Amino acid sequence: MEDIKKTDIQELQKQIYALNEQIENLKNSRKDQLSIAVVSGDMDKVLAAMVISIAAAAMDTQVKLFFSFWSLSALRDPKKSPKGKDFISKMFGLMLPNGKNKLSLSKMNMLGMGPMMIKMLMKKQNVMSLEQMFNEAGELGIEIVVCEMSMGLMGFKKEEMIDYPHLSFAGAATFVADAGESSIQLFI
Amino acid sequence: MTQDELKSVVVAKSIDARGTACPGPLLEAKKAIGTIASGDIMEIYSADEGTKQDIPKWCTKQGHEYLGSVDENGYFKVYMKKK
Repeated sequence: MEDIKKTDIQELQKQIYALNEQIENLKNSRKDQLSIAVVSGDMDKVLAAMVISIAAAAMDTQVKLFFSFWSLSALRDPKKSPKGKDFISKMFGLMLPNGKNKLSLSKMNMLGMGPMMIKMLMKKQNVMSLEQMFNEAGELGIEIVVCEMSMGLMGFKKEEMIDYPHLSFAGAATFVADAGESSIQLFI
Repeated sequence: MTQDELKSVVVAKSIDARGTACPGPLLEAKKAIGTIASGDIMEIYSADEGTKQDIPKWCTKQGHEYLGSVDENGYFKVYMKKK
């Protein structure tokens, strides 16, 4: 009788141990979150990033977009003109697209004819414009993190970035930390 | 559900997303789902073929029940039941 009880307890202890291990694994599993490093400033690629983000947010997935390098052009507000830029920053500012409506296509750009045609087609086929997509993204709580380093590199200022409800500025480690806990990570 | 069952089903909410392309219909569905009660049926009108695949995926993820779709002239209706 005593012996049987002892083996029973040992068996139970083993099961508890296995369950604890499973719980620990679950705790460490990734969140229902999408992290995208948006590096490209091409209209088509920013569009792709926004469509995927909106679809994810509509499915209640938390979305965190890390904008860096060329993609910063998409976050510039053409109505804002920051002061106190040095010569090189001003040159960069002049040569790069001023806002999401001025982005070029990665293919078939044809000196701006391509984007014009795409915008026309998008309108005709009821695809949301980038402007509308950013508005929806804001309503859905999609977070945009701006890479401080690339902003400094290109001479962009915080004051010229768009008014977006969930906009913050951070470094690469923030993306790494966010992406580390996301179940989906993309680089566009 | 069969086509006949779907056609005669009682819907609590009907949304017309024919004026939007992907991801518009999904977004409209997400916005509307909060306005109906658990167990209610919602129908979504869409002209975007992708919706037929997207809505079932959304339902699976959110735990709603996908009921099926009915083809109409130039568009279709997708039915789902809120969990």
